[in-house]
Amino acid sequence: MQLVLEKRAERSGTIALVSPLIAIGLTIVTMVILFAILGKNPLLALHAYFIAPLTDGYSLQEIAVKATPLVMIAIGLSLCYLANAWNIGAEGQFLIGAVAGSWIAVKTQGTDAGAWVLPAMLVLAAAAGALYALIPAICKVKFGASEILTSLMLVYVADLFLDYLVRGPWRDPHGFNFPTTAEFDPVATVPLLIEGGRLHLGSIIALLVVAAAAILLGRTIKGFEIRVVGAAPRAARFGGFNANQLIILTFAVSGALAGLAGIIEVAGPVGHLQPGISPGYGFTAIIVAFLGRLNPLGILIAGLFLALTFIGGEQAQIAMKIPLDVTKVFQGILLFYVLACDSLILYRFKLVFPNRQVASGTH
Amino acid sequence: MELIEAIILAVLAASTPLLIAATGELVTERSGVLNLGVEGMMIVGAACGFAGAWLTGSILIGALFGIVAGALMSLVFALMALGLAVNQVATGLALTILGIGLSGLIGAGFVGERITPAVHLYIPGLTDIPLIGRVLFGEDGFVYFSIALIVGVWWFLYRTRAGLILRACGDNHVSAHALGYPVLRIRTFAVMFGGACAGLAGAYLPLAYTPFFIPGMTAGRGWIALALVVFASWRPGRLVVGAYLFGAVTILQLHAQGWGVGIPSQFMSALPYLATVIVLVLLSRARTGGSTAPAALGTVFVPDR
Repeated sequence: MQLVLEKRAERSGTIALVSPLIAIGLTIVTMVILFAILGKNPLLALHAYFIAPLTDGYSLQEIAVKATPLVMIAIGLSLCYLANAWNIGAEGQFLIGAVAGSWIAVKTQGTDAGAWVLPAMLVLAAAAGALYALIPAICKVKFGASEILTSLMLVYVADLFLDYLVRGPWRDPHGFNFPTTAEFDPVATVPLLIEGGRLHLGSIIALLVVAAAAILLGRTIKGFEIRVVGAAPRAARFGGFNANQLIILTFAVSGALAGLAGIIEVAGPVGHLQPGISPGYGFTAIIVAFLGRLNPLGILIAGLFLALTFIGGEQAQIAMKIPLDVTKVFQGILLFYVLACDSLILYRFKLVFPNRQVASGTH
Repeated sequence: MELIEAIILAVLAASTPLLIAATGELVTERSGVLNLGVEGMMIVGAACGFAGAWLTGSILIGALFGIVAGALMSLVFALMALGLAVNQVATGLALTILGIGLSGLIGAGFVGERITPAVHLYIPGLTDIPLIGRVLFGEDGFVYFSIALIVGVWWFLYRTRAGLILRACGDNHVSAHALGYPVLRIRTFAVMFGGACAGLAGAYLPLAYTPFFIPGMTAGRGWIALALVVFASWRPGRLVVGAYLFGAVTILQLHAQGWGVGIPSQFMSALPYLATVIVLVLLSRARTGGSTAPAALGTVFVPDR
């Protein structure tokens, strides 16, 4: 018996819609097995992961807060991936954005600076993220260096740079020797949407980014160009589209969004710059982009879903002592199933049973 | 004298995991498959290797655990990228994300534990020769194995028929298939060899480099190994040079602090990563006469039977 792939004449539209759901279903089945291996009651664990966070207002807000950076980064990544440019270093662009924006917050600390501080932080963070993303993009376009490896190497560099700043020049002298800056001033903080709650202005910005991406991809020539260059590079060349220019553009936009997400996270939920501001948002966003089918609306839904797994993972840790790494395993497995189910859009699986009689007849 | 010897020993130790992982990936890529999951397979190899050694008290069994863990991880990759024809870049990334989670889960119970690291060879007389004695005759088994491995791979790729077929799959899978070679099966073996090597390279870290396991201890070495394959232009000889050069950069950053260089430690730690970027740029730039990569690298192949 042998599994054989047969190319479909055209992409299956139904499966394109259903496949993320199949993937989520398969992931949950796998997780049940994993929970059982870990000696935890699978039903209680699933409840802690996926149901409990949806039942109270605080957790719901927290899901939106966690989804905000994921969605923003994933929207940028989806543009890159659609154009066949592999930006893997969003985590680094996120960190550099956080650092650049924090620079203004640190420098204006306690100076009675006006309301310009936060907007300036957002702009600088986006610019820094874009510039940081342009390093691998330019190395790719000018020298042909693999953007996958260079963008990833720069993640480690950004991480170490942030570490240096908060342990060295930017360290809070009253911080009991913890590697952190002082708490940002109110003018350098992202305002909350609900008094006393967790939901902040960043979530609105994320929704605007989703809308902008939907318009860009669905209604503009640039969006069409991005999709053609990715899907049919040869046709794009005949059409006069410049693939290199699109690599630069999509990397810059993607870096800007990651940088913006970085400063929103630091100036919002975290409130100061410190190591460990990202539980791997830049990498989880890759999963969000694929789970959302590289489609803005899909990414919004996928971002909320992955945010749920972060919050659910925390709740499962508190309630059932399930290790936090289970969340990462969950996310990894989910990406595998998403990719595997994607295969169904392009191919039909067929089981072939070798027919012995025919085989012996030909010899 | 002693300082030079110490530095050479440290460079060899730092280079060995890079060399082993990159050798495996070289074979994988020569067969036409780009497996970006090296970091993930390494980190799982490190966790399983430590677990194996801690549970049994044997470094050898620990190493075997690492090898098997890496090979199993790569089998998942092969199933996806070869069996289901999924995009190799995305699958490799998934493997790394999964690996980081799995290693945390497996290794969680072993954080804080210690083992006796792999013993170093000692031949009375030979090992006592000043300067070269310990470098040549006083290493742990992994170092010698890594050299045997790369020599073996060189011999296999360029001196055997099977190696020729493997390279043919990487350069033109359509022709190799037309000639009747089972491209997907050959690639699966190549991917699993790469996975076994990555697992062993990961296991080297807690078994010989440090005597303990910490989450994330591979620290991007898997990605550097991937860059090394590009650096080596997919040739075993250059891979050795590249691995030792990168090992030297790693040691340079560790020792610079000891020598009182007034640069913040984080900047020195960033050195291997920056070096990788610079090397990739310089090499890609130097390669004006077309790419030296296997022609079919990273492309999907679905046999039409």
